[in-house]
Amino acid sequence: MNNSKLETINYSLYYGNYRALKEINIKIPENKVTALIGPSGCGKSTFLRSFNRMNDLIAGVRTEGKVLIDGEDILKTDPVALRQNVGMVFQKPNPFPKSIFDNVAYGPRVTGLKDRQKLEEIVERSLRSAALWDEVKDNLGKSGLDLSGGQQQRLCIARALAVEPTVILMDEPAASLDPIATLKIEELIHELSVNYTIVIVTHNMQQAGRVSDYTAFFYTDETRTGQLVEFDDTKTIFTNPHDRRTEDYITGRFG
Amino acid sequence: MENRTSEIALIHKAQAQNLKKEKTRQDFWVAVMWLFGLITVSILVLVVGYILLEGVKAINWEFLTTSPKGGLSGEGGISTTIGTTFYLVSLTLLVATPLGVGAAIFLIEYAGEQSLSSKFLRSLIGVANFAVETLAGIPSIIFGLFGYALFVSTLKLGFSLLSAALAGACLVLPTIIRTTEEALLTVPDDYRRGSLALGATKWQTLYKVVLPASTPGIITGIILSVGRVISETAIFYVTLGGSYRMPTSVLDGGRTLALHLYYLAMDTRAFDKAMGTGAVLVVMIILINLLIDLVSRKLTTGVRKVR
Repeated sequence: MNNSKLETINYSLYYGNYRALKEINIKIPENKVTALIGPSGCGKSTFLRSFNRMNDLIAGVRTEGKVLIDGEDILKTDPVALRQNVGMVFQKPNPFPKSIFDNVAYGPRVTGLKDRQKLEEIVERSLRSAALWDEVKDNLGKSGLDLSGGQQQRLCIARALAVEPTVILMDEPAASLDPIATLKIEELIHELSVNYTIVIVTHNMQQAGRVSDYTAFFYTDETRTGQLVEFDDTKTIFTNPHDRRTEDYITGRFG
Repeated sequence: MENRTSEIALIHKAQAQNLKKEKTRQDFWVAVMWLFGLITVSILVLVVGYILLEGVKAINWEFLTTSPKGGLSGEGGISTTIGTTFYLVSLTLLVATPLGVGAAIFLIEYAGEQSLSSKFLRSLIGVANFAVETLAGIPSIIFGLFGYALFVSTLKLGFSLLSAALAGACLVLPTIIRTTEEALLTVPDDYRRGSLALGATKWQTLYKVVLPASTPGIITGIILSVGRVISETAIFYVTLGGSYRMPTSVLDGGRTLALHLYYLAMDTRAFDKAMGTGAVLVVMIILINLLIDLVSRKLTTGVRKVR
């Protein structure tokens, strides 16, 4: 495995007294796609949000152990600065009720960039990277809400890229999209992994198999506490899993 | 098998009979609702129509552009009362809008997380919410009484635009707070999360995304308040005084249109002028309601697009 970009050490997370994640140890490699899979309620989305501290926004969340980015404890970085480095794409496309241009320029503007020409460069580059430029280049003033679902999601990816993050978290980014739009997003994820560390949560195992280099299988028992069962390169997880539970899940015996 | 078939035929027959009965019953109640609806609409049309028809006789350019003569005659026009109404509305909203919008932002966007940290704050916020709820239902004369006691006499502002605007601000504050709260609550959390995930601070998220998305709702609250100030009488009776002259400073008293109407109807025999003033008032309120309609339609299309 290459250098690890993200790492957790004995990481546990509690909602009040209920433990949602138990002692998770993982090293997520740089500039690869890592898929988090597992049955509903196994805590994989919660785990994903740990990397950009979005769980901080939820009342009563408490954590133990460590989350490291580039070897540094994320609790020691400012959450706002952290989120500029760790972008996120949500399950439901959530463009702002603004123009396409203003959606993509939002991040750079928030970080203080005012120069119109620079903004235009960034918007074009980000939209190109998100494979949306050709479809919208003549309509940058149009509202982001007028785009189709798949376009909206690519707009959200462009919006995340514009801040120049090194990590992109994706929480079931294609869950609300039709098969063709899903395919486009998957191709995009593949292209982006050259330059970005991507962590993607997905319910769709075929998707995990198609897009990811590494796969982490999360599982939860009667206690409803999520734990990491197995983490390996995707091929191994899908063809030769070590753990019986992984095999059962992969072959569709539950979940 | 034979038995079952005839049984089903019987059931179908009973269903058909019942359906016929229900159809008749439905027709009856629809007719009743139509009647009630028509009665209500006719009452409204009658009131507004009567005022407008009667009022129009008194309205002419001179009526609109000369000041009232004062005294018991009720002669003269209504120019200064239009001016006073305009000043009072502006001053009231100048005070109430920042306060109300600020309070609503605090209650919706910040109070939640604040109240997690301390029990005292939590109960304080509970009290604040209850107060807003209660204030909304208090009769306006109570605000007038309070305004008279505090602004007119204790603070020695006298019967003045300032006293009336401060009392009026108390009156419309709950309206502005409530409508702003509603507007903020209709902004999907997805926007907030999306903005925060891009590395925006909470404040940036608020003024770059949340407030623009809730502007139509906030404007609706402000317009509602304008209508309230225009149409209230009691509260301004005890805070604005009743001078028919044009106020030249915020410490001057005056007479709004509604107040002038009250004086005309109660103290003079100039009933035609009262009708004319009433007609002007009604037209203003109708215009304001059209404006609200327009703005809130913009609001709802915005929400629909969010999906």
